[in-house]
Amino acid sequence: MASAAAAGAAPGPAAPRGRKSVTGTRKTVAALFLLPALVLLGALVVYPIGYSVVRSFAGNSGGGFVGFDNYETLFTDDGIRTALKNNVLWVVFAPTVATALGLVFAVLTERVRWGTAFKLVVFMPMAISMLAAGIIFRLVYDQDPDKGVANAVWVGVHDTFAQSSAFPKAHPGRKSPLVADGGGFVTRDTVRAGQPVALPLVGVAPDRLPDGVRKAVAAKPEPGKVTGTTWQDFTRGKGVGRLGAPDPSEVGYAGMRIEAVKDGEVVASATASGDGTFTLPAAADGARLRLPADNFREPYNGVSWLGPALVTPAIIGAYVWMWAGFAMVLIAAGLAGVPRELLEAARVDGASEWQVFRKVTVPLLAPVLAVVVVTLMINVLKVFDLVFIIAPGSSQDDANVLALELYRKGFSEGQPGVASAISVFLLLLVIPVMLFNIRRLRREVRR
Amino acid sequence: MHSKISTCRPHRAVTAVAALLAGALALSACSSGDDDKEGTGQKPGATTGSTVSLPKLDGAKLEVAAVWTGGEQANFKKVLAEFEKRTGASVTFVPAQDPIINFLGSKIAGGQPPDVALLPQPGAIKQAVQKGWAKPLGAEAVKELAKNYSQGWQDIGKVDGKQYGAYYKAANKSLIWYNTQVFENAGAKEPKTWQELLTASQAVYDSGVTPFSVAGADGWPLTDWFENIYLSQAGPQKYDELAQHKIKWTDPSVKQALTTLAQLWGKKDYLAGGQKGALQTEFPQSVTQTFTGGDQPKSGMVYEGDFVQVNIGETKSKVGTDAKVFPFPAVGDSAPVVSGGDAAVILKDSKAAQALVTFLASPDAATIQARLGGYLSPNKNVPLTAYPNAVQQKIAKALIEAGDDFRFDMSDQAPQAFGGTPGKGEWKDLQDFLRNPGDVAGAQAKLERDAAAAYGNGG
Repeated sequence: MASAAAAGAAPGPAAPRGRKSVTGTRKTVAALFLLPALVLLGALVVYPIGYSVVRSFAGNSGGGFVGFDNYETLFTDDGIRTALKNNVLWVVFAPTVATALGLVFAVLTERVRWGTAFKLVVFMPMAISMLAAGIIFRLVYDQDPDKGVANAVWVGVHDTFAQSSAFPKAHPGRKSPLVADGGGFVTRDTVRAGQPVALPLVGVAPDRLPDGVRKAVAAKPEPGKVTGTTWQDFTRGKGVGRLGAPDPSEVGYAGMRIEAVKDGEVVASATASGDGTFTLPAAADGARLRLPADNFREPYNGVSWLGPALVTPAIIGAYVWMWAGFAMVLIAAGLAGVPRELLEAARVDGASEWQVFRKVTVPLLAPVLAVVVVTLMINVLKVFDLVFIIAPGSSQDDANVLALELYRKGFSEGQPGVASAISVFLLLLVIPVMLFNIRRLRREVRR
Repeated sequence: MHSKISTCRPHRAVTAVAALLAGALALSACSSGDDDKEGTGQKPGATTGSTVSLPKLDGAKLEVAAVWTGGEQANFKKVLAEFEKRTGASVTFVPAQDPIINFLGSKIAGGQPPDVALLPQPGAIKQAVQKGWAKPLGAEAVKELAKNYSQGWQDIGKVDGKQYGAYYKAANKSLIWYNTQVFENAGAKEPKTWQELLTASQAVYDSGVTPFSVAGADGWPLTDWFENIYLSQAGPQKYDELAQHKIKWTDPSVKQALTTLAQLWGKKDYLAGGQKGALQTEFPQSVTQTFTGGDQPKSGMVYEGDFVQVNIGETKSKVGTDAKVFPFPAVGDSAPVVSGGDAAVILKDSKAAQALVTFLASPDAATIQARLGGYLSPNKNVPLTAYPNAVQQKIAKALIEAGDDFRFDMSDQAPQAFGGTPGKGEWKDLQDFLRNPGDVAGAQAKLERDAAAAYGNGG
């Protein structure tokens, strides 16, 4: 419409009285047609921007001019500073990673027979709303490996190399002969051959006990050997039952490793049988018995993706999952317009595929890549929903971005003045990117 | 924030999301309240005698705004229907959004305020009065309040000595819910004191179950933990002073309370998932994981108010048999009662609006909703038998017996920037404390810094 209005100003070849344009439209008619769009733009875009600017100079209760106070808060408030820092991370990493991945996908899918199907799959996340994607990734990043895919994979890989133990959380009960020792437990006193030893522990969930456990029995004394029992000294429903002696329903710790230690050196070791009994040779006489730490290693719990340290990269990952497809489709379209002859010529001149990609494809695609990066940058600056939904309350502060801080300040902390200042600041951030985009568009039109 | 004191209100978007994740909407959860009604086989209003005289209001039209949704809203509408029946007025329920004070602001700016609104915090009432929105209650309503409410409940509805709010709904936030099977297996008993709670926790731990679920991903359950300990340990006087920020968070009493709290929070094995896991546990999950998993749940106990029932309703456990409750044990001389509530406030003064608030302050109205379940009334003349099950009766009894010794949720009294914003102020500081329970002094310093900033600029 703007061009129509501009054309209206140009003298038409046969303009009677100079009031009609080329197409014969009167200026008033043109204005009439423009009016609805102008009114809508004015009411929905220009007025809110203007009012936000005005509001950003007013106090939080709405009245009174406070000068630049709100802007001062903007640069001194800790929360906003974190948000700013995170926004920088976002703007630097999210568009570049998404574009890079999109480029790789676009170039590679060109060579695959099922390229279109692949593109479809990569593009699919774009069809999902940010909210739904947020919910999906909240689950993906769940700490519990039974729920979160990310941790399930991570824990799976980890456990292939390091097994967790059978007795996590086992610990000495009341008046125990055992004391903690570097993650394991060791007897207070030395043991004597011929005197059975009791090594009671508590706290292993019944469903976590290893296979092959049987009712615990007190070890019989054997001359010249150190015998003993290690078992769960806990009777369900009754607490410990008889302290320090196996009760009828208590079970042995099958497979628990026991070491006899003298002066810090392991002199003998044994493994408990199903009923918890074990036998050590005479060498163990006078030693202290140790249940080494690897009996009690906690099951590996994975990475806390949504903890303070990893939350922003994790959310950027979710964003890239959504937008790499967008980048890929645009770049693929650009790629289709790259003259094949150039690539062929390069290949004929002996360039390797990598060189063709680096020296020919990418430079030719540069305008498209710029469009994608800039579009994503604008998009990233206003990211809100993903952060709001994925970050749990405890790390929302660490995942904070400007748009989220705007919402929090405006709608839950009752500081609309500061919120307006943030929105004006965001606008200022977007403007240079927009200008770049518009100038590039103009250049394109001139060409 | 005030969803703490409601049964069926999603706390905020993320909580709603979490509810979705759990595969259960608040809506379906709330509908369990209706089952209770069918269980008792009583029709609302059927056995309610009239204890309050209401004027004839034929042709009068009223609007009532509250943030209740789902079953809670349906139950409240039944109370309104009774009012319509008795007076001939017609009442429309206006669903409001959180925070209701902002919702009302836009309604008032638009020239169409509802006649009556249910406000969830003393701070909100004060705000409404300061802005000139709230109208004082008339003699009838005040008389009804005096008849049915303890002085404490009347006083928190007053601003500058004038009665503005009538507390219709209350929440008891001094409850610890436990998995009966776990307690039985561990041979643990319901504790009465903090020391006994630690003993019971150890017993549960020894039996192979983690004692506690702490919803650390949400900040507000953490503030409620602290408030209970502080109220019991430091006493109501100090509690009020701290709530108004007349004493600093660096006060020795705060140090003592945090140190006490660290006796539980400091033990990694006492918290489901350890401190890190707790910090990623949302409130609904903290409840459901305590009551699912047979006799090997992820934890044996979970602390929060009466609204925990709603989340238990999402599991297969039954309140009263599989899930039981005991009052928060006494840390100091007496057990704490921390509460919340929604107060009816008149925004457009009329005979009908006054009559409605009078009705809501009467035991008649409260009894109707009490029967329907999922509701607690601060009205001392509501018979305990009106509550549909033993657990509800126990909770109501604890609340009423506290008389004037109850205290309103401290973080609800604080400016929103300090006591009611996710990832900020008290919420964030207590989350940091949960992450690192050894650093009591550091937590105090951070709390004091944030409190000073929030109270300083008046929120």
